[in-house]
Amino acid sequence: MNQLLTFIRKEFLHVLRDRKTLLILFGLPIVQILLFGFALTNEVRNANIAIIDDAHDEASRSIIGMIAASRSFHAHALPGGHSSIDETFRSSGVKLIVLFPANFNTDLMHTQRARVQIIADASDPNTASTLTTYVSAIIADYQKARVQTTSLPYTISTNVRMLYNPQLKGAPNFVPGVMALVLMLVCVMMTSIAIVREKELGTMEILLVSPFKPMLVIVAKVVPYLLLSLVNVASILVLSVYVLDLPVQGSVVLLVAVSTVFIITSLALGLLISTITNSQQTAMLFSMMGMLLPTTLFSGFMFPIENMPLPLQIISNVVPARWYYIIVKSVMIKGLGFTAIWRELLVLVGMTGLLIVISLRKFKVRLA
Amino acid sequence: MHDVVIRTQELSKHFGAFVAVDKISFDVPAGEIFGFLGANGAGKTTAMRMLSGLSRPTSGAATVAGFDVFTQPEEIKRTIGYMSQKFSLYEDLTVRENITFFGGIYGLSDSAIKEKSDLLIEQLGLQGEVKKLVGSLPLGWKQKLAFSVAMIHDPKIVFLDEPTGGVDPLTRRQFWELIYAAADRGVTIFVTTHYMDEAEYCHRVSIMVDGAIKALDTPRDLKQTYQAPTMDAVFYHLARGAQRSAD
Amino acid sequence: MRTLLFLLRKEFRQIFRNVTILRMILLMPVMQLLILPNAANFEVKNITVCIVDHDHSVGSQRLVTSITASGYFKLALATPSYRDAMQLIEADKADLILEIPNGFDRNLVRDNKQTLFIAVNAINGVKANLGAAYLNTIITQYNAQLRTQWIQPTRFGPVSQIEISALNKFNPYLNYKVYMVPGIMAFLVTMVAAYLSALNIVKEKESGTIEQINVTPIRKYQFILGKLIPFWVLGLVVFTIGLLVMRFVYGIVPEGSVFLLYGFAVVYIFSVLGMGLLVSTYAETQQQAMFVAFFFIMIFIMLGGLFTSIDSMPAWAQVITRFNPVRYFIEVMRMVVIRGSTFDDIKMHFLAVIGMGIVLNGWAVLNYRKTS
Repeated sequence: MNQLLTFIRKEFLHVLRDRKTLLILFGLPIVQILLFGFALTNEVRNANIAIIDDAHDEASRSIIGMIAASRSFHAHALPGGHSSIDETFRSSGVKLIVLFPANFNTDLMHTQRARVQIIADASDPNTASTLTTYVSAIIADYQKARVQTTSLPYTISTNVRMLYNPQLKGAPNFVPGVMALVLMLVCVMMTSIAIVREKELGTMEILLVSPFKPMLVIVAKVVPYLLLSLVNVASILVLSVYVLDLPVQGSVVLLVAVSTVFIITSLALGLLISTITNSQQTAMLFSMMGMLLPTTLFSGFMFPIENMPLPLQIISNVVPARWYYIIVKSVMIKGLGFTAIWRELLVLVGMTGLLIVISLRKFKVRLA
Repeated sequence: MHDVVIRTQELSKHFGAFVAVDKISFDVPAGEIFGFLGANGAGKTTAMRMLSGLSRPTSGAATVAGFDVFTQPEEIKRTIGYMSQKFSLYEDLTVRENITFFGGIYGLSDSAIKEKSDLLIEQLGLQGEVKKLVGSLPLGWKQKLAFSVAMIHDPKIVFLDEPTGGVDPLTRRQFWELIYAAADRGVTIFVTTHYMDEAEYCHRVSIMVDGAIKALDTPRDLKQTYQAPTMDAVFYHLARGAQRSAD
Repeated sequence: MRTLLFLLRKEFRQIFRNVTILRMILLMPVMQLLILPNAANFEVKNITVCIVDHDHSVGSQRLVTSITASGYFKLALATPSYRDAMQLIEADKADLILEIPNGFDRNLVRDNKQTLFIAVNAINGVKANLGAAYLNTIITQYNAQLRTQWIQPTRFGPVSQIEISALNKFNPYLNYKVYMVPGIMAFLVTMVAAYLSALNIVKEKESGTIEQINVTPIRKYQFILGKLIPFWVLGLVVFTIGLLVMRFVYGIVPEGSVFLLYGFAVVYIFSVLGMGLLVSTYAETQQQAMFVAFFFIMIFIMLGGLFTSIDSMPAWAQVITRFNPVRYFIEVMRMVVIRGSTFDDIKMHFLAVIGMGIVLNGWAVLNYRKTS
């Protein structure tokens, strides 16, 4: 036991000595949380839209006024000459053009019909359809205000409650995702590379011929990363509670416990990669391809899994991060307890067990 | 006496507060095999790196083949060969590819490269291994090959940093035969080692302790001065008081 | 010049000798390009609604029918109580709950108004917002239908109407892949180029061969160029593979000039390689180089506008994106491929990327020291 502690201390020194890597390890979750929290959003805001007003009348001006007041847009007038529409899209950041024909108000007054044209740059279909919807809604509002109907009969109204996230912030969705991503990254990459590095330098052989059991060599190697990862979990939680105002609704103890399970899963994966690769570069590419990408893709925090084609949905089931993401969301955001997550936890534990068994067996084969 | 090809005067290197090399002064004449002895951490490698233009001295003066180490490191590099304790050929290139590469880097013509590599391969008896990756060769062969590659551009001076670390006595012996052959052609050899039997092969030997040179003479005179039967005993006598231990 | 040739020959030999890495460099982008665009779909669809119908009337049945008929929603198992429905939300089996109160149909006639209760799982704010909006629209439409049925149409005077004609340019079928594929190509080229160059010099540092190089009369710029050019070529190979996949798998034909795309790729890869080499000159181990490179690439990609729009970012973040080469490549790819932009439209992009390339590479050359 004492021997093991000495060994762990040695591994710790290795990790702590590399200041640059350490800085990145701890900086990574902080930067991710801050970027997701304050810079990145799926919402459409400040989109550049151009308005060609050939009408210059009361109706067109009112609608333009309403558009300009919305924070979704950054509207500016575009002088006439419709031939330049394609040019406008190509050279500037304009996402949508609203076009009022001449005699807009007159038509509306006398024929009861007038037409507004919306031309969207549909290169980005999401933004295009969102912006079209927003502008249409503003025009509909204007129309409603014009009609000025007083209280219609038989009105069905709705009372909408936004559960868990009344202000519709992005944080509840991505904080659990960032946790999964960071833990995966730190554990898988760091362990696989650290072990392969010893193989490359030949020091692994020295460790393995020492009277120390190979199993303990591995344990000593992964313990520092386990602790570092727990520090990362703590820093993410502190940031999300105090900077993003996202409290932990459920039990913190449960959250840390499941995170520990997930960390062990990731460490086992890292170990497995280290047994099947021989150079740091290969190990790195393997971790990138095999772990990082699937984690980002299939955990469900960036892209909705239900939108994916069926084969990809099936693949997503074997990605540990997917299950961890569900658990963290349940415990941290929904405030649920153990009874709500035991199935997912069981899947995760099962995966971990399997990974450990496979990688230890591979490891032994290599020794023999 | 031949011309002096390496001359140092109070050459020093500091890393922060740590004085790695402390005011060393010596001359090495052309064609000499100059042994540079010292325990691990005594400052041998740092001194050698300064002389080969890899590391900038903190103070003092030194010239190598007439070039100043402060102002003309690139000119020095053109005239010297260098082989470090860390094996330094590309393991993922073949024997011939390594020779060709370094020949090309030193600006040898294609015909010269061809001629040199054929000669080299024959001298080292590597005809059967030409197409093998260097990484797959035994350490002893790698080292002999590295030495020959360091000599490919016919340098006037060769710096060898613990060239025989980790190989068996027979291979070490063969290695020293290569060194002697080079010295016979008039090449100056500057070699660090911590094998005391190798010190006996050198024309002159300097012994470094804690960054400073404690003794410099022929092996025979050193043994006489310190009344010791072997170089081992001389070294022990001098290094006993060392403050720095191995790192 | 001749020295450079020897360096290049050596680098290429090393690249081709490591078959595993080579295979990964070439296969990885293809695989990613096949998977990513299929997975990266932000469209909000498949919203599952759970209806708690306390009324069980003809009216409530019709409302449910119009919700299912809209095509936006999938119905979850009907539950008798709100509490049961909540359990479905907790288990992620439903996104929305619609509660229809007892006597809804009857009271609508009697009291002239009724309120429905909607609860939305809002962890994903965007999805929640859109889901609630869709449901509201359907209820409003249902409401309007009711009115026209129950009230004599004559009571309505002629209402003036604004017709909206919407036109979608460049991507009329709103195909999300058309948007994602060019962006993902930019991302892949960046990854390959930055990682390989970041690892390369460090690898020589770790194996000690760099000492042997440093003691030769080789020039710094020669050495750096010797490292740069092979990865430049590899980057362009990856880019070409990407273009082929884009053309033949996704059927996307660039609207603009392919030469323009290559022209931009050439300068862009140059600047990304500079970034990698810079990392490489600072790092001592491959592990370190990898992490530092990963860190910066991650930030560059996140702030590159690949998945989220740059326009929606706050002003300070938009300022940062101006110094992000990845942003420019993603923009150029989308502009030229989808909108057919010409050199004139992207000349500022060229300028920015060339500028960054010179700074990064110059810095790398300066920072690579033959003499310590």
